[in-house]
Amino acid sequence: MKRTVFLGALTVAGVAAGASAAATLDDVKARGKLNCGVTTGLVGFAAPDANGVWEGFDVAVCRAVAAAVLGDPTAVEFVPTTGKTRFTALASGEIDMLARNTTWTFSRDTDLKFEFVGVNYYDGQGFMVPKALGVSSAKELDGATVCIQTGTTTELNLADFFRKNNINYEPVPIETNAEGQQQYLAGACDTYTTDASGLAATRAAFENPTEHVILPEIVSKEPLGPLVRHGDNEWGDIVRWTLNALISAEELGVTSANVEEMASSPTNSPEINRLLGTEGNLGEMIGLEADWAKRAIAVGGNYGEVFERNIGENTPIGLARGLNAQWTDGGILYSPPFR
Amino acid sequence: MTTVSDPPKASFQLSQLIYDTRYRSYTFQFIALMLLVALMAYLGANLVRNLAEQGQNIAFGFLAEPSGYDINQRPIEYDSQSSHMRASIVGVLNTLIVAFLGCITATLFGVTAGILRLSPNWLVRKLMAFYVEAFRNVPVLIWILIIFTIMTAVLPAPSAFRGEDSPSSMLFGSFAFTNRGVYTPAPIWGPGSVVVVLTFLASIFGVFYYRRYATKLLYDTGKLIPTGWPSLVILFVPTILIYFILGRPIGLDYPALAGFNFQGGIHIRGSLIALWFALAIYTGAFIAENVRAGIQAVSKGQTEAAASLGMRPRRIMNLVILPQALRVIIPPLISQYLNLTKNSSLAIAVGYMDVTGTLGGITLNQTGRAIECVLMLMLFYLTISLAISAVMNVYNNAIALKER
Repeated sequence: MKRTVFLGALTVAGVAAGASAAATLDDVKARGKLNCGVTTGLVGFAAPDANGVWEGFDVAVCRAVAAAVLGDPTAVEFVPTTGKTRFTALASGEIDMLARNTTWTFSRDTDLKFEFVGVNYYDGQGFMVPKALGVSSAKELDGATVCIQTGTTTELNLADFFRKNNINYEPVPIETNAEGQQQYLAGACDTYTTDASGLAATRAAFENPTEHVILPEIVSKEPLGPLVRHGDNEWGDIVRWTLNALISAEELGVTSANVEEMASSPTNSPEINRLLGTEGNLGEMIGLEADWAKRAIAVGGNYGEVFERNIGENTPIGLARGLNAQWTDGGILYSPPFR
Repeated sequence: MTTVSDPPKASFQLSQLIYDTRYRSYTFQFIALMLLVALMAYLGANLVRNLAEQGQNIAFGFLAEPSGYDINQRPIEYDSQSSHMRASIVGVLNTLIVAFLGCITATLFGVTAGILRLSPNWLVRKLMAFYVEAFRNVPVLIWILIIFTIMTAVLPAPSAFRGEDSPSSMLFGSFAFTNRGVYTPAPIWGPGSVVVVLTFLASIFGVFYYRRYATKLLYDTGKLIPTGWPSLVILFVPTILIYFILGRPIGLDYPALAGFNFQGGIHIRGSLIALWFALAIYTGAFIAENVRAGIQAVSKGQTEAAASLGMRPRRIMNLVILPQALRVIIPPLISQYLNLTKNSSLAIAVGYMDVTGTLGGITLNQTGRAIECVLMLMLFYLTISLAISAVMNVYNNAIALKER
């Protein structure tokens, strides 16, 4: 087994070099499918529905890219990855992009040789506790047993938070969110910690969500976003601007309902025209057809629509827009101009 | 005329390398070795080149940097400011702990089940056959998860011990069985406790010496003196006497519920128990088969001969069958110990922080140094496997058939 791992590592390194040299866009077009890495299942962000069709906030990004590149939002092969396997999967070329609520950090960007193309959710790490525990602040968690997904930034934030506040804890490392949920519900840990959005999504899947509270402390900055490999900037541009197209669409008032109508003939807003390809040649610059952004928006609507449908306040997950509102609405969501 | 043939000249021709049976095997082995070296060199060069193309290199400097994460089970001093190297050592120690406990328990399970499988009692025989087949034929990962899940689901959370009429209470007021593990009292080493420990160690030597003396006496004079109860007396009486003479220097620290968890005492985590028990019971099933095979390898004539000398079944087993069976049992037993040690790398399934969890898990993830970490892991498992193998081979040689 040991030798296999070693040879496997060698092969991975070999494949990685091969994959990064070739143009990912050509590979995806030749394959006719986009390989997109997602979580193993986090309701609202990426999880298969009753019919086995993947849906969620991160999944929407994958589908938008597939629509922009291939013209077909269903031409996506979803590859479930854990916190541990996700980077190897991306580096080895097994997946073309990773949309798995992954935190953009310095070392992942530089040392691990990835390229974060933007932020699709501004998050922070929080703690969930049963109401019965009577805890109202994370600083009261001295001596608590904490369930935590291993191989994530949350693990390091947790150590920092408890050290800074000079209190003790007992970490219980777990592999997937489902395991964490099981341990937490069985009372094997007092609190479960991960990104606040993830906590809300996990709580939504509980039998009695109201018996659990998310503590007010947010102990870290977790800008979550899709990422690609270093070294293929054209492909990185495509994913980056597809995400920006969804964000800009909301700002410009382009929705799934009116995108067809707006794209059929030039409107009186030059930026909408450039975005939807009725004016200028942005599509050509990025190596795609002129209506690439229109196709991306037509899949599930603009950023706001995707948010509301998957994780918004009317869903069981019930997240408010908060920081993720448009900059014009007091948030920090801000797409560079389409020009 | 007598023909005096010349003594054959010690000439050596290249063709002999292939046609001479004396050299042929060496030739082919050499060629195979060269091919293997070339293959390894090619893969190694490939790895280095590909890493260079990605702008990465093989460096071990990250081991000196602070790890930044915490580990729950720490046999040595460790916190999140300790280095990755120290985190790896904590992992190594945790691996060794579970491997050591597992090997001992697996041997106990295995020998018991192996002997009972040959019992004349139908029910016992079938029960043991059921144990062996059930545990041998289900992957060990499944057993680890089953035992862990049962522990978490069945045992009460620490909060169930709270309050006057709590739903759960501690066994003898000193043992708490919770879904986070078992809490037991811990010894407090007071002044003078060293003497007690030394006395106990001396007693162990005393028992060995007494048993050797008894054997010698039996061989020299044919006089049989009892060894069972005197051994127990030698083992415990002096230690207990010294313990009370010195005024009970070793106390007990009882666990007590404080805050979220029990504090004090020794905390044997659920993850360790699940891993330990699963590995022991799984490997024990294999060892049982080895033991059965070893016993059955001893010819029936030996039993009958011993019986006709008037020996009782128990003595036949201990003095005639087992010593001979051990020669068959030990070699496969070594590989079972190696398997158990390597299987302990499944620890992450229950969140036990062994070396695969720290060095090969969190450190690898946080630093992204996959090649280095995997190389170090391989080196560790190789070293520990060879060490176990070496120790067991020494034992094997000690009990091997001595031709006189």
